[in-house]
Amino acid sequence: MKNRIDMRIGVLAVQGAFIEHEKILEKLGVDCVEIRQKEQLENIDGIILPGGESTVQGKLLRALGMLEPLTEMIKNGLPVLATCAGLILLSEQLENDTTSHIATLPVVVRRNAYGRQLGSFNTRHDMKDIKDFPMVFIRAPYIVAASDDTDVLATVDDHIVAVRHNNQIGLSFHPELTDDTRIHEQFIRLASS
Amino acid sequence: MSNSQYELNKGLAQMLKGGVIMDVTTPEQAKIAEEAGACAVMALERIPADIRAAGGVSRMSDPKMIKGIQEAVSIPVMAKCRIGHFVEAQILQAIEIDYIDESEVLSPADDVYHIDKTEFKVPFVCGARDLGEALRRINEGASMIRTKGEPGTGDVVQAVRHMRKMNSEIRKIVSMCKDELFEEAKQLQVPYDLVQYVHENGKLPVVNFAAGGVATPADAALMMQLGAEGVFVGSGIFKSGDPKKRASAIVQAVTNYRDAALIAKLSEDLGEAMVGINANEIKIIMEERGI
Repeated sequence: MKNRIDMRIGVLAVQGAFIEHEKILEKLGVDCVEIRQKEQLENIDGIILPGGESTVQGKLLRALGMLEPLTEMIKNGLPVLATCAGLILLSEQLENDTTSHIATLPVVVRRNAYGRQLGSFNTRHDMKDIKDFPMVFIRAPYIVAASDDTDVLATVDDHIVAVRHNNQIGLSFHPELTDDTRIHEQFIRLASS
Repeated sequence: MSNSQYELNKGLAQMLKGGVIMDVTTPEQAKIAEEAGACAVMALERIPADIRAAGGVSRMSDPKMIKGIQEAVSIPVMAKCRIGHFVEAQILQAIEIDYIDESEVLSPADDVYHIDKTEFKVPFVCGARDLGEALRRINEGASMIRTKGEPGTGDVVQAVRHMRKMNSEIRKIVSMCKDELFEEAKQLQVPYDLVQYVHENGKLPVVNFAAGGVATPADAALMMQLGAEGVFVGSGIFKSGDPKKRASAIVQAVTNYRDAALIAKLSEDLGEAMVGINANEIKIIMEERGI
């Protein structure tokens, strides 16, 4: 058992694979809180936007009055780790789609970029500061364009699948479905700095 | 099916958790479902209430109709094949369906064998009334489980019964000592390693949704509080007075399933719920198909 780290990470829990992220945070000794309503957004040092269906999560963020406060918090520097659907929520623009949600990450994202479930795949790939990371892509998006000041963390088959822009990390894939905690550890360092 | 494909298929079910999967029969209904917040849609020609009313043999839907729904929405599209009808499943895989429901709602094509789902790349969800059924389906390659309920009735009693039974059987296995697990595997007619997984983890090795008879936000929240990881709504939405509003209310009730004040608000002015039939007044018992 590792020492507890004195911080509280919110995990957006309106729909999707949020429990998987919570399990990794627990393993790393970090307190986490499920965010299902806007009152729960208080007193958090960072937030994780999990995988799931982005259309559902975007709708629920609005219906529950969370979209605006959350967007403000991220604009004001709240560290955020977004995976798959979370990346879609975070991106400024979606390709061939006029909708956007939180829209704080200066990238353009293609939804269902690898097609339907038969196009889902696993691979291992180096990232900028992490060697040989297991990547699980499930009906995944990828990034078709990123602003100049966005740091590309990983590219798979010429497609950008991981980026960082200041306080925001966006991933196409699902580290929470693996036993590898290195990306979450990086995020916790970001949230504690 | 390779091991990693099975993990990917289980993973897709994990992404659906906390969500509502809705039965739709047209691209227009699929759009309404998506806009109301469905995490996936089940494409079928007739919803269970109509299948029950029409009687006769019910089969896989027309692939053209399923394709129309695939084109209409960006969320995952599921479709049903008959129990044991592996050719219908092959067809659904060929049109790149995201999930196949080997479903007791359709007329069974095989009264002994289920489909060998390990032969497929595309994922399967199967119904189960108890832990033994669930683990047998998982052993055959299902990567998601749902209760069977009694489809098309609008009566939630069976789904509740199945979910309670499954969870009490899981709790029983968790409390067993190792040598009892061998006998339990024999009783349930399932491999030992699946029983061992349940013993160690206190849950099924795949995602478990509620299905059958869910008609109101309160029904959906009830199933979530009983331990479902998400909810299928079949006839309950498009057999009701205001499908859009009801669908959206059920989606929100699943997210905040413990917030009674919010569910009270969501339950206001939803118009007429589906009329429903008491599950004990009907002749065709679909939950007994394929056990």
